[in-house]
Amino acid sequence: MQINYKQQDNKLIAELSGELDHHTAEKVRKSLDRIVASTQPQELIVEMSGVTFMDSSGLGVILGRYKKMNEHGGIMKIANPQGHAESIMRMSGVFSIIEKCSEY
Amino acid sequence: MYTNEMHLSFLSISQNEAFARTAVASFVASLNPTIEELADIRTSVSEAVTNAIIHGYRSEDNGTVYIDCIIEDMTVSIDVKDMGEGIEDVSLAMQPFYTSMPNLERSGMGFAVMQAFMDSVDVESAIGQGTTVRMKKKILAES
Repeated sequence: MQINYKQQDNKLIAELSGELDHHTAEKVRKSLDRIVASTQPQELIVEMSGVTFMDSSGLGVILGRYKKMNEHGGIMKIANPQGHAESIMRMSGVFSIIEKCSEY
Repeated sequence: MYTNEMHLSFLSISQNEAFARTAVASFVASLNPTIEELADIRTSVSEAVTNAIIHGYRSEDNGTVYIDCIIEDMTVSIDVKDMGEGIEDVSLAMQPFYTSMPNLERSGMGFAVMQAFMDSVDVESAIGQGTTVRMKKKILAES
């Protein structure tokens, strides 16, 4: 699992690539929390087009980050989830809570 | 009838989740499943193995997770077994969004995902003895 960060004004874009499971979830959680705490973005975009595998442990990380952004009055969006990652999120109702987008 | 089987055992460390789902997917690949079917199996195995590690063995790295995978014609049966804690209330554990570990940011969707992606999911569990998750899926012949 790799994460690349880009910053545009008050927007932080986190590009995830690789497999998001229980094993990699911890690394993603720590990395995102650290950079969000230091940059304090208004908006967090999680770009998921590079995520090739995701299970419910990944859902936990996504929902957890959303909760944290929300607590601080920030916005979080999920961009371009593919295949099974998208179906797991759709099935769990994630998109009724977190906005899905293709451009940002 | 075409039959084949495969048995795996490995330590309860999270690194082995990727190994387990990849190994099962490679074994099943001989049936020529669609990409979708293979992803269903890979995801469900990942869920069951993660449960065995986190819940069965409480994230201790000295447990053993067992996988028995049997192919009979086009039906794949996958048993994921641990000899860990066991589940007190299986039907509660299987409810969507229920997690016994809310502090760990678990989504509580593991069993719901397995049920959505496999044809059947059965759970046998006994406190102090462990849990077996038995999943089945029929691979549909290409049209």
